[in-house]
Parts: sequence; C-alpha cells; structure tokens
Amino acid sequence: MAEHFKVAIIGSGPGGMSAAGRAAQNGVAHVLLEKTDHLSDTIYKYQKGKLVMATPDVLPLRSPMDFAMGIREDVLGIWDRQAAELKINVRFNAEATKIAKGDKGFTLTINGKETIAADAVVLAIGLQGNLRKLGVPGSDNHPRVQYQVDDPDEYSDETIVVVGAGDAAIENAVALAKQNKVIIVNRSGEFARAKQGNLDLISKSLDKGVLDCMYNSAPVKVENLSGDRMKLTLKTAEGEALVECDRIIARLGALAPRAFVESCGIQFPSKDPTALPELSPTYESNVKGLYVIGALAGYPLIKQAMNQGYEVIEFIQGNKVKPADEPILERKFAALLDRYTVDELLHAIQKTIPVFSGLTVLQLREVLLGSEVHTPQPGDAVFRRNEFTNTFFTIFEGEVGIEINPDDPNERVPLGPGEFFGEMGLISGRRRSATVAATRPSVLIETARREMIKLIKSVPQVRAAVDKAAIERQIRTYLAPNLSATYMAEVMSTAKLRPFKAGETVFNEGDPADGIYLIRNGSCTVSQRLAGREVVVNYVPAGNYVGEMALVRDRPRAATVKAAINTETVWVEAAHFRMLMDHMPELRHEVEKRIGAMIMQDEEISARPETGSLIEALVKEGAKEAADMLLIDESLCIRCDNCEKACAETHGGISRLDREAGPTFASIHVPTSCRHCAHPHCMPNCPADAIHKSKDGEVFIDEKCIGCGNCERDCPYGVIHMAYAADEKPGLLSWMLFGLGYGPGEDKAAALGEHHGAKLAVKCDLCKDIEGGAACVRACPTGAAIRVRPDEFFSLITKAGP
Amino acid sequence: MHESILVYKGFRWLKLSVAMVAVAVLAYAVHRPEVGPPNGGTTLGYVLGVWGLGLILWLAWFGIRKRRYGVGKQNLEDWLSAHIYLGLGLIVVATLHTGFQFGWNVHTLAYVLMIAVILSGVFGVAAYARYPDLITENRRGMTQREMLSQIAEIDAKARELSVDLGDNIHNEVMRAAEALAFGGSAWRLLRGREPDCPAARAMRRVGEMAMDLPKADAEKGHQLLELLARKVQSVERVRRDLSHKAMMDVWLYFHVPLTFALIAALTAHVVSVFFYW
Repeated sequence: MAEHFKVAIIGSGPGGMSAAGRAAQNGVAHVLLEKTDHLSDTIYKYQKGKLVMATPDVLPLRSPMDFAMGIREDVLGIWDRQAAELKINVRFNAEATKIAKGDKGFTLTINGKETIAADAVVLAIGLQGNLRKLGVPGSDNHPRVQYQVDDPDEYSDETIVVVGAGDAAIENAVALAKQNKVIIVNRSGEFARAKQGNLDLISKSLDKGVLDCMYNSAPVKVENLSGDRMKLTLKTAEGEALVECDRIIARLGALAPRAFVESCGIQFPSKDPTALPELSPTYESNVKGLYVIGALAGYPLIKQAMNQGYEVIEFIQGNKVKPADEPILERKFAALLDRYTVDELLHAIQKTIPVFSGLTVLQLREVLLGSEVHTPQPGDAVFRRNEFTNTFFTIFEGEVGIEINPDDPNERVPLGPGEFFGEMGLISGRRRSATVAATRPSVLIETARREMIKLIKSVPQVRAAVDKAAIERQIRTYLAPNLSATYMAEVMSTAKLRPFKAGETVFNEGDPADGIYLIRNGSCTVSQRLAGREVVVNYVPAGNYVGEMALVRDRPRAATVKAAINTETVWVEAAHFRMLMDHMPELRHEVEKRIGAMIMQDEEISARPETGSLIEALVKEGAKEAADMLLIDESLCIRCDNCEKACAETHGGISRLDREAGPTFASIHVPTSCRHCAHPHCMPNCPADAIHKSKDGEVFIDEKCIGCGNCERDCPYGVIHMAYAADEKPGLLSWMLFGLGYGPGEDKAAALGEHHGAKLAVKCDLCKDIEGGAACVRACPTGAAIRVRPDEFFSLITKAGP
Repeated sequence: MHESILVYKGFRWLKLSVAMVAVAVLAYAVHRPEVGPPNGGTTLGYVLGVWGLGLILWLAWFGIRKRRYGVGKQNLEDWLSAHIYLGLGLIVVATLHTGFQFGWNVHTLAYVLMIAVILSGVFGVAAYARYPDLITENRRGMTQREMLSQIAEIDAKARELSVDLGDNIHNEVMRAAEALAFGGSAWRLLRGREPDCPAARAMRRVGEMAMDLPKADAEKGHQLLELLARKVQSVERVRRDLSHKAMMDVWLYFHVPLTFALIAALTAHVVSVFFYW
C-alpha cells in the first residue's frame, strides 16, 4: 500500500517550499518532492553572490518562511534553516514522473518506480527545470555544453561560446570574458530582448573588444575535436561558419514543461509554447484537486510564489483566505468600502473602466496596488499645467474637466466615468499640457507610471485604447482644441502613430509634403544643407509639431527632420491638416506665426552657421531629452568652483557636479551634471525603485538606494556616481581653530573610506528641497552658470552666438 | 550668452551707486560746517562716516555671504554686482568724509587701506573680464588633467623613441622629463613663461644632436623632434593656463588681508575719534 498524504507538493522552489511550510505549520500530512538534492534549485543555480530581489515592494510577504532582498547565499541559508525548524517532510532526489488521478485522489510515481498517494497535488515546478536546449546534433548530454554558470571565475583561459541574446547570456558572457576568450552568438541582428543596463553593458564590451559577437547566427551542430576542444558549426547570413572552442554555454530561456503538465490532464489555452495553464482564483487547474502556483502559473516573482504557496494550502484545507494584498487594497479604497466589498469593487472597476476590462482579476489587483484613489470635490485640481507628474488617471465616478485654454479656465473638455486622462504626460515624460480639475464629486484612480507602462507593453487592448485617445487628444491639444466630433472623426480616420528610432529620418529636405508630425514623445532636430554641409537649424522637443511649412507654402520640404532620440509622432495627413486650417482661423493664425518666426530664424542661422553647430553639439550632449541642463558660459566663468562647493555644501558634502569635466562648444561648457531627462535612462533599471521624478521635473534618488550601480552605468552622460556618505560637518570654529573635519565647500568624497558603509548613488536633484532653487547657479558670483529648459534653449543660443 | 556682473539687471547697482555718490556730493557742496573747514567731525562728516563704515562692513560681509550656500533669496551674482558698484561709490563717500584732510595718522592709514582694497578689487574685476576667454581659448577643450596627461604621454613616447638614438639624446630626453616643473614661486606662476624651460632646452639640444644621426636613424630623429616640439607647445599651454588662473586669484591675496587690516585701522580710527579727540 502506497504512503498516503493529504497534499503532495512538487518542486521545492519558493512557492512549493512555502506551501510545504504552511502545511507543516497547519499539521497537514504533506510531502515535498524535490528532484535535486537541495531546496530551491533555481535560486541555488544563480551566479554566486547574486543579489536576489524582493519585488514588488508594496506586496506584503505571507509565508511561514522569511524572505527579503539579499544575496543568494543568505536567502538560501535562511530557507534551509527554516525548512528544518518547521519539520517540512521533504524528499530529495525524488522526481515526480507521473501524476494520475483516480477516484480516491492522485497517485504519484516517483523516479518512475515508487508510488505515493495524495488527496491534492500542488504543482510548483516553475519553468527553470525545463531550460530551452540547444537541440542540435552533438549537443545533447555533452559535458561541455551547459545551460548555466554558477561562478564565472571558475573558468579561465578557455574559448567559450555563449549562445543567446537575453539578460542571462549577456551577464554570463561579460563575466566570463574577464578570464576567457568569449564569443557571443546571437540569432538576430541586435540585442533587443535584454534590459537597458545589459544592452549598454554588451555594447560597451563589444566596442572595447572585450568579447566578440556573431550576429544572425544559429548553431547547426557540435563535433568533438581532440582533447577537450570542440567545433561548433553555425549557420550565418554569409553561409556556414566554424568556431573552435572549449565550452558552449547556451542561455536560451525556459519554457513550461508542457508535455509533463499535459500528461497530468491540465489543458493549455493555446498552442503557443509560451502559453501557461488556465487557473481558478484558488489556483486550481481544470483537474480538480490539482493546483498550480508560481512561475508555471504566470507569477515569476519569488514573493508572489511564496504567498501563493501559503494560500494554496489554506484553499486545500477549505479555508477562505483573502489575498495578501487585500489589506492594502482595503486601505486604498477605504472611501468606497461602505458601498462595496473589495471583490465587488474590482468587478465594478472592470465594468466601468474599459481600459481595465481586458485584464484578469490578478492583473487588475496588481495595477491597483500601484495606484492611489482620490476623491476630489468640484473645483479641486487633479494636476496643473506645466507640472512634471507622469501618472495615469481613470475616472471611476464623477466628472473632471480638462482646461484646454490656459487663459480661460472655463473652456474645458468634460470627461466622465470610465474615461481616462494624464496619458500625455505619461507618454511624453514632459510637462502636463493642461490643468485638470474635478467638476463633480469624483472618484479617481491614479496609477503609477511604472505599472501603466508595464500594462501598455503587455496588454494589447490597453495599448490600443490609450493610443487612440492619445492621438485624438494630441490633435486637440496642439492643433484644434474646439474641433467638432465630425471633423475629428475624419481627421482620425487617417491620423496614425509613427515611431522613429534615434537618428532615423522623419522626412528629408526636398521630399514632397505628405502631412505634419506632432511629436508626442522624444524630440527632433531640424537641419538644412547650407554651403554643401548639413547644419542643424532647430531643435523641437515633444509637444510641438514639424512639417507644417511645406504644407502651407505648398512646396517640397525645406529641411530635414530627424529623431534625436527614440521618438513617437502622430501623423496627420496633408489634406486633413489643410482642412483644419481652413475651418479654424486661430490655427491658421498660429501656424502663420510659427512660419514667420521660422523664416527669420532660418536666415539668421544661414548667416551664422556656427550657431547651428552649437545647437547640434548641445543636442548630442543631452539637450535632446533634457528637462533642465546646466550650462556654463566660459567667457564669464572665473573657475572659482563655487558651484561645486555650493553643491557639496548643500548635499551632504559630496558635489554632484564636476565643473571642469565635460565638453565645451564655442564658449558654452556643458559640465557633468544631471540633464533631468524626459524619460530618465537611470530610472527603469533601479531594482529598489529609488529613482523618481518630482512634480517639478527633478529626477532624484531617495533613501531606498541600495548602491547597485545600475543607474551609474545606465546614464549616457556620466552624471551619476557612487560615493560614501560623508561625515557630519563640524562647526566653522572647530574647523578653524582645531582643524576638525572639513572646511566650507571642501569636497570630502576623496577622503572617505569603506567604514562609511556602502557606496550609494548620488546625483543632482536640482536642489528640489532647497528654497530658492539650484545652489550651483545661485552661488555663481559672475552669473556664468545657468540652467536652461529645452524651450528656452534655442533663443538663448541664437541671442548669444558662439 | 547672458549678462555679466557689470551689466547685471540693466546696470541696477551702477545706477544706485551713482545716485548714492550724487547725494553725497550734493550734500557736501551745500553743507556749511559750523566751525572750520569741512572734516569728519561735522554733522555731515559724521553722516558720511557712518555711511562709509556701514558700507565697508557690508562689503566685507560678502566674504561670508559667498560661503553661505543654499540660503538667501538673491543670487550671488546680484551680490557681487552690488559689491563692485557700491564699493566703487565708497571712494567718493569716504573721501568726502575726510574733507580732504590727510596726514600721517591712523585715520589716513584707514583711508589708504580702503583705497588699496578697492584698487585690488578693480584689478579683480579687470581680471574676471579678461581671463575667462583667454583660458577657454588656450585650453582648446581640454581639462588641466588632460593637458598634463598629454605631456606624460609625449614623455613616454619620446623616451621609447630615444632609446635607439644613442646615450646623449636619450639622457637629454630623460633629463628634460625629470626637470620639468610647473609653478614654484608666485612670480614664476604669474609670468606664465619660463625663459629657461627644460622642455624647450631639450628640443634645441636634441635638434642639434639629431643633425649628426646616421642616415638610418634620421627619421626617428625627426619623429623625436616632432614630439619634443609638441611637448613644448603643451608645456607652454599649461604654463599659460596656470598663469591665467593665478592672475584671477592673485588679487584676492591683497584684497582680503587688506580688508582685515582696514577693519582693524577703522576700529582704531573710530575708537580714537570718540575717546581721545
């Protein structure tokens, strides 16, 4: 007779282990089956010393096991200890090879031989047990073809081929290249799948020649040579290529172990290899009594899996548990809970708000965790024109008005329940283009930028809804505020989004004019050929349009427009733009005014082409995405470094600005100081979510910084550096009389050592907490240091001239 | 690109200073002292004296204000502009206060010190107007560290090249690298030139010696000469840079200590006037 358990848990990763821990705590007869000889194999196989993240921060952990952000060894150590303390019944080297459902529950076959019986089964096998294999002749079970790297420093003086283009492949390849000759093989022509930090890492490494890359290459076969050498045949764009190497490391991602899961009777919704099984809200699959949690259920984060482990045991025991995030949601929606329970509210939100209707309940919960609820009264402003906030608002109840005319707050577009606003700030990363205020008592949901971007990227319906509304509002905001619905429908019938990559041409000088482009994010440079040379004549940030001149004057394009950074535009067809101008005298007036200014500006630039070079240089130095740039007029700068001293004095003794470093064009010097980009490069890869953008546009790092250095690496302008916190400064007299500590304005960074704790990232925060603004500018005795916003940029430079 | 301290806010402080001077001159012109010639002891003399003393203390406060980072509503530029124009106006106010009575005493000492402080300041304004452009032009986009490492690079290359060109040339190159120094005395720093520059000397001597190199080494000799000539240019550029910066700093070594001396002399002046006159 087979051993019988109430619940059998397969896989001892965070989810399975947490489930087993909860079962042990509740006195449920359980067994935890693990096919290796240690717990949590996926994390066990992380690179040594790797930092294990505990995202999402807002989600509380609910598990008998502890987990917080830490290095791999500490995390595993705690789990091993707690598993023993809880007396979890774990069986190592026990792979469940078959799960069969009978009348009285499940029969599990272990390692193909022994069987055990269980009333319920929790499948927590994750995806990493099923790594994508190279799958070419000669690679199967080859001892030197491997799919992970524990410690890159173990290998030296080898020729290693790394196959893959994702984060793991890049991290491994770069780490291995320290002691080995590394060739990274990429199936496609670029590294697109990796996160930004790793993209920069690989492109820098390739530029420096630290490692080689073969693009558009796919492995064909592996053959053994003498000794430990082997030969890898690759199919490339130019035909076959042969690479001799000592080792092949393939990092190709992981897939659901579909054959096994299907053999248990679980159905997948589609044939797509990345598809995951469909589950009930209690994580139960279509096979009654068979539950799926963790990555295989679509929840790849450790904390989520651990919470699910706890919950699934409670569900199996017949207990109702509210999800771990329930108290947070209750707190957020406190204002509405006299009318709704949380579940009813989620349902009502999905019903009322179309952008959220395509989400699963779990996705919606996640979005709402990253959201706030506001209940403004009539007249309360939600946000104001020119603020730098970038959150997204949906209207659950009530009504708000978008004040489209800055001079007349009564001219507004009303929005009602189910509609959304704020997407322009979200998309452009620039200032809010209008004030929005409640016109009736309202309930608004404000969703954080991070959550919204994730949603737009992952849910096509959300993207489509946001894009459609955005196109219409952009046209309203920048071209035709009072356009009637009929005309708008006509314009919208041809208007579309046109994205351009950095450096890509929007249109060329001499092209026929097909329409105009509203720049909704990014920025463009405008250039003309003058005396046989391409000269930049203007710089156009998001929130403006280009291409109207040729339409109005009815001639070919007079200039070339290129995207300075990745840019998205709304394209409006020529005929429709002309129609708009015919119907709206104020638009015609505005366009004529712009054209007049442009004609004069062009003449000015052709008289002084060097001004164009200056614009071009500054655009390259970050003006293309800057919200604020520190410039120094060297003809006034007396090199006293009072700006640096002021920065250090107001920021804990460490200057965030290096006056002398950085390029100089004509007499305009661009010191090393934060540009406060529209879409900061430093922000997306911050694991601690410590980098933020304030209402006024300052990009700053808060105390959550863990010192990982991602932002320092990601910043293209080199303005973030890692520094030890400085000591408290002694009084002026103790310094003068006793030589204690540091004097006024002395930079202490150099003298600090490791006893000051970990190095943390420091950067300019534009003195956002200091009354009166940037200390560097205010401390400049000659007025050489100025801060410039993109809209002031051009006029300032032409006025000055180089 | 934008306003310098002199034209700041449409010469706001110049206008104020001129007004101040005009009031002082007018008052001096109409004022008839009760007894004797105009002097510091008359009613107007006291008014001008207190006025001047207040100005001096306020002007000296600039040294502290400059180091109070992140406080106050005004930009430092505003303060400096005021400091310059009101400081110049002080000459008239203080001179009228003296009633043109000078002598070999502590009172005139205070006056002379004040004039010295103001003149050193005038030099400073001139230096701030002249040198920033010269520095930019001279540096050609390089930082000082970059210029120095460029010289070090040239030295390394020259050393490598000279190994094959015989002991004399090699020794000359080595000696020149070791002997090169920047700065030293204040005078050398300010002068910005070095008549007996080791780099220039080495260039001349290697030039002479290279003429006698065997034909096979001639090209190497030319290359070495080219390096040494480039080094001379770089060295001169660094010297000029140091001199420019020194010119912008040197006047402060007079301006600040003299200010302290002035305040001491003023204290003596005021105390002696009130207690011993």
